[in-house]
Amino acid sequence: MSNLLDLLVAGLATGAIYALVAVGFTLLWQTSQTINFAQGEFVMLPAFLMLAVMHAGAPFWLAIILGILLSLLLLGLGFKLLLVDPMLRHGVLPLAIATMALAIGMKEAVKQFFSAEASPFPSIVPAGDVWILGRVVSVQSLGVLALAIAVVIGLTALLNRTSIGHQMQATAQNPTVARIIGVPVERMILLTFLINAFLVALASLLITPIYLAKFSSGEVLGQAAFIAAIVGGFNQVRGAIAGGLLIGVVDNLAAAYVSTQYRAAVPLILLIVIILFRPQGLLGRPEERTV
Amino acid sequence: MRSGIFAGLLLVTVSAATAFAQGAPIKLADVAELSGGGATVGNNWKNGIDLAIEEINAKGGVLGRKLEVTHADSQSNPGVARAQVQKALDNEPYVLLGPGYSGSVKVTSPLAAEAGITQIMGGEAAELTQGGNKFLFRTSFGQQSSMPKVAKYINDELKAKSVAIVWVNNDFGKGGRDVISKEFAKYNIKVAADLSTEAGQADFAADVSKIKAAAPDAVFIYLNEEESARILKELKRQAVAVPLVGETTLIGQKVVELAGDAANGARGHVGLTTDAPVDLVKAFRDKFVKKYNYVPDHNGLKGYLAIYMVKATTEKMGKVDAKKFADTLHGLTIKAASEPGILMDVTFDEKGDIDRQGFLVEIVEGKQVVKQVLPKLN
Repeated sequence: MSNLLDLLVAGLATGAIYALVAVGFTLLWQTSQTINFAQGEFVMLPAFLMLAVMHAGAPFWLAIILGILLSLLLLGLGFKLLLVDPMLRHGVLPLAIATMALAIGMKEAVKQFFSAEASPFPSIVPAGDVWILGRVVSVQSLGVLALAIAVVIGLTALLNRTSIGHQMQATAQNPTVARIIGVPVERMILLTFLINAFLVALASLLITPIYLAKFSSGEVLGQAAFIAAIVGGFNQVRGAIAGGLLIGVVDNLAAAYVSTQYRAAVPLILLIVIILFRPQGLLGRPEERTV
Repeated sequence: MRSGIFAGLLLVTVSAATAFAQGAPIKLADVAELSGGGATVGNNWKNGIDLAIEEINAKGGVLGRKLEVTHADSQSNPGVARAQVQKALDNEPYVLLGPGYSGSVKVTSPLAAEAGITQIMGGEAAELTQGGNKFLFRTSFGQQSSMPKVAKYINDELKAKSVAIVWVNNDFGKGGRDVISKEFAKYNIKVAADLSTEAGQADFAADVSKIKAAAPDAVFIYLNEEESARILKELKRQAVAVPLVGETTLIGQKVVELAGDAANGARGHVGLTTDAPVDLVKAFRDKFVKKYNYVPDHNGLKGYLAIYMVKATTEKMGKVDAKKFADTLHGLTIKAASEPGILMDVTFDEKGDIDRQGFLVEIVEGKQVVKQVLPKLN
């Protein structure tokens, strides 16, 4: 039982990071019908931007700020203006393929200009342990979980409790009607891209101290977050959050109680089962199509 | 005018004669893990090779001929390694260098043997030199040499009665796990948990939870460098306090850099370390750091001495003869006194396995500290 608590905390901490990344999938899909297959690499890059700033002699806190700003610029604004806008007019499929190419380009660029080897990355959460229910739980796990949950709550509040959030939701539900009633649709879409860029930068900051900074680290993360988004519901932010947490916990429990050798297969099996019985995901809503 | 033409012709003739006397460069081919999961291994290996070649060429080369190497990237993928080795062998190199991963060595060694080209590699899986391949040579101890020392240390020094084994599910990891399990059985040490992990695995939370649940007296970790660093961090996060023991990949310089404080206390056997109390190794370390601006792990040493194996064997033959190279290297003892680049006295047996000093080390405040020097067997 006590072992189960360890597994749950660690699983939720990892799952919360999957959730941050998965939310980006759903936000971009809802507002601009964009499936970003470079989302994992979007998490990888901010860590290297921060490392580059640190190598230039800046302290960690400044590297975090500059890393987030650069992420907003490159992964938010740049991604939208230079790739999504020109490609989207050709349809969703060419855009999806373009994001796959972008993922390869980002990995190779980091490998070429930084290193193929992993690099250490400092943690914003201090090391140490706390006692919970008679068990030692690492402060880092709790810190990661708390930060991720705080961001998710903040995002949910932004979407549901503010005028901007309502305008974003209106844009997501029907951009034509939203435009008619005076919602600045383009600005809302841009805001979505910027929020995604902020989320991936934060995920990068939280997970890189554990996973290490490596050009290929986005592969695992992108895949896990994509599965999480589909399992939870690709068209619902709350679905992506639930999916992320679920995948994190299931992955850990599978490794502990099923098999460490086949742990990677368990989330995929979960995905197949859910698609079979609830194609829209656990919390998603069925997509309606007019003909 | 006529004397000028004559002088020019004389110069060209002398240059051509000199070039002929020196001969064409000796071509070596290296296939290594320059990217992918084994990038640390491959890049250290490559840098060690380049450093040795630069030194040797600066002193006039081998038998008056320069060494020339081509590097190819296996991407840490055995399939790619096989293709790259085939491509390298098509260019008829004098000696093939690498790869470093046992799985890649396993699939490439038959190609080199078929071509009759000697392969000097970094793999440590026990089975590599057990199959009778006469062209395969190690730069480091095989698991059959190192694991008994680790098991003896766990039994004699740590007095452990139960040990959790964490191993990476590839040829390297499985080979190590099989040998150490047999050694534990000899000492009646119980395997409290037997955990296989994947190469490139990022999250070790569940594995460490299982270790905690098994409550062993020690943990034996046999993973690649990056994964070693990740599990050390996770073990620290989950406050596992029992001794952490490994072999080479757990206590390498890159692991210490990646794991930070979490590496402190990790211990194990290493065949090669830049912290060895050996003057020639210290000199190598200084030269390497001066050239590349970082401290290499054992793979840097392996790549470096692989080139000096080529030099010493060729000079022993007195000629550049790829077909006789392997025969000459079998049974050869290279003394560091006469060939300082080999760093320590080494002997190669009939299987291609290596015999030399080994070291028991512990990470103390981010640095490898050699606790014991284990002597050369023969």
